[in-house]
Amino acid sequence: MADHPVVVIRGLSKIYQQGEINVTALNNVSMDIAPGEFLALMGPSGSGKSTLLHIIAGIDRPTSGECYVQNIDVTELNESQLADWRNQNVGFVFQTFNLIPVLTAYENVELPLLLTRLSSGQRRKQVRTALELVGLADRERHLPRQLSGGQEQRVAIARALVTDPRLLVADEPTGNLDSHSAQEVLGILQSLSRTVGKTVIMVTHDPKAAAFGSRSIHLEKGELTE
Amino acid sequence: MNIGSFIIKNALRNKRRAALSILSVAVSLFLFVSLLVVLREFTIPPEDIGAASRIVVRNKISLANLLPARQRAVIERIPGVAGVSPFSWFGGKYKNEEHMTFAQFAMDPKLLRPIFGEAKMSEAEYQAFEKDQTSCIVGKLTAQKYRLKLGDRIPFTSTIFPCSLELKVAGIYSGTIDDRNVLFHHKYLDEASKLNGMVGTWWVKAASIEDVSRVVAEINQAFANSSAEVRAETERTFQLNFISMLGSVKLFIYSICTVVVFTLLLVSASTMSMAIRERFRELAILKALGFQRHELFAFILAESFGLAAIGALLGIGGAWALFSHMNIAKMTDNILLTLEVTPRIMARAAVVAAALGIIASIAPSISVTRMSVVDGLKTLD
Repeated sequence: MADHPVVVIRGLSKIYQQGEINVTALNNVSMDIAPGEFLALMGPSGSGKSTLLHIIAGIDRPTSGECYVQNIDVTELNESQLADWRNQNVGFVFQTFNLIPVLTAYENVELPLLLTRLSSGQRRKQVRTALELVGLADRERHLPRQLSGGQEQRVAIARALVTDPRLLVADEPTGNLDSHSAQEVLGILQSLSRTVGKTVIMVTHDPKAAAFGSRSIHLEKGELTE
Repeated sequence: MNIGSFIIKNALRNKRRAALSILSVAVSLFLFVSLLVVLREFTIPPEDIGAASRIVVRNKISLANLLPARQRAVIERIPGVAGVSPFSWFGGKYKNEEHMTFAQFAMDPKLLRPIFGEAKMSEAEYQAFEKDQTSCIVGKLTAQKYRLKLGDRIPFTSTIFPCSLELKVAGIYSGTIDDRNVLFHHKYLDEASKLNGMVGTWWVKAASIEDVSRVVAEINQAFANSSAEVRAETERTFQLNFISMLGSVKLFIYSICTVVVFTLLLVSASTMSMAIRERFRELAILKALGFQRHELFAFILAESFGLAAIGALLGIGGAWALFSHMNIAKMTDNILLTLEVTPRIMARAAVVAAALGIIASIAPSISVTRMSVVDGLKTLD
């Protein structure tokens, strides 16, 4: 029997109001994402792929429609509930890494755990496991500026993984990386999907990056085209 | 890492700016405390027990109008009066001093100990002062400043009375709240100035503190509707009334304090806004990771409050260290005797610093809590 989808989207629309003009970012999008899937969201700029990713991750709200993640309609949660939900269920990877520059790699990875009730010993164990998973255990004392772009993105992946969320969302994770580092990062995301069973949703322009995914979806003017 | 160390690392991420912020708070609060301390020195009334039982009697019209000598006997007969001495300001110039830092008062030397018991001298000095009509006693600070010693003769030319006096130093006293003044025989002034027994004020010692209010009332009543009506009041009230003449000075100092605090507030608010604006994206990331609005507000508040607290510690502590350990009388040429940073002044400055930390964090906190994660991320992307 097939697993119940991790993400269920029904009739999702997002309309931005810019002065008197309405801009439709998403138009009645419906889709399912299965557990352990590595989904590549593709499409030109302004197609609505980042908006869709943001709504799934609970950092943006749709104008209408439903978005269930692990059976919870995230569109119904208030700000405080959404913050808790994100901390426990979603890991974020951004194009520009977005590490805190004054914190070491270890401290950056530890950051989401400060919101949990774990002891410092338990936190240490989880941070080291996450850093080992991305191959940066020996860089834990380094500040972001002492790391290469690829290493920074791997630290960001470790930060996304450290709370052990089922869902990882990555917005153009290789956009700022050279091809070698991009391959490394995509390899890690693929491995997380295949071997650990994480559901990964990645926004990308790059067909080579999308090829690492188990499925690709194209968006055009806010609508799914395949 | 814990939340506390995270806040400290954030606050110190731009060390130069943090140092300048702390320094601006420190310097401003140092100035604030200094102004309050100086204001206190100018306006503090005497609080000792001796002052509480002393009554000053002056002409009801003004302090500049003299009182007739015959009033002394009337006052002495009032029950509860332990002693009455004339007390007239001589307004003398000493040598070529442009700005006199001490006053000279003519009084009855026999009443020095009963009325001004806190002035400490040797018995021989008391005796010498009482015996010699041309003698005077000099406050310790003035004696030190002009290197006066017993037996010296010091000339004064009055700016009030048409005479000059040469006084022989018979004693050097200390222990009063103002060890600067020169006291000499009123009789000597009477004879030299042809005052015909007129005095500036009467200083009265009540037998006990309980007698003070009744004695004040009876003195006022005794000369009501006479040619020289008087205004009797406790020394504390007299000093407070005297201080009220400094009203514009107080207003001036309070105005400077207000400007200092307001400017400091603008500087701190601007610094915090800049610091937070630079980190908008990071704060959006924290929100995405699950940090709640109130937690971000607490981070900003703690950072702002922390910088203000360190600045306050340096500013208030610096003022306390300076005023507690420096010889203020020497530094100010005896214009100010002591500058004390009282717990009340420290508390006022601490409240200003705390308010500063809180108010400076309000605007950036509001913008951060209102910011959506997506908008925050767009500040970079």
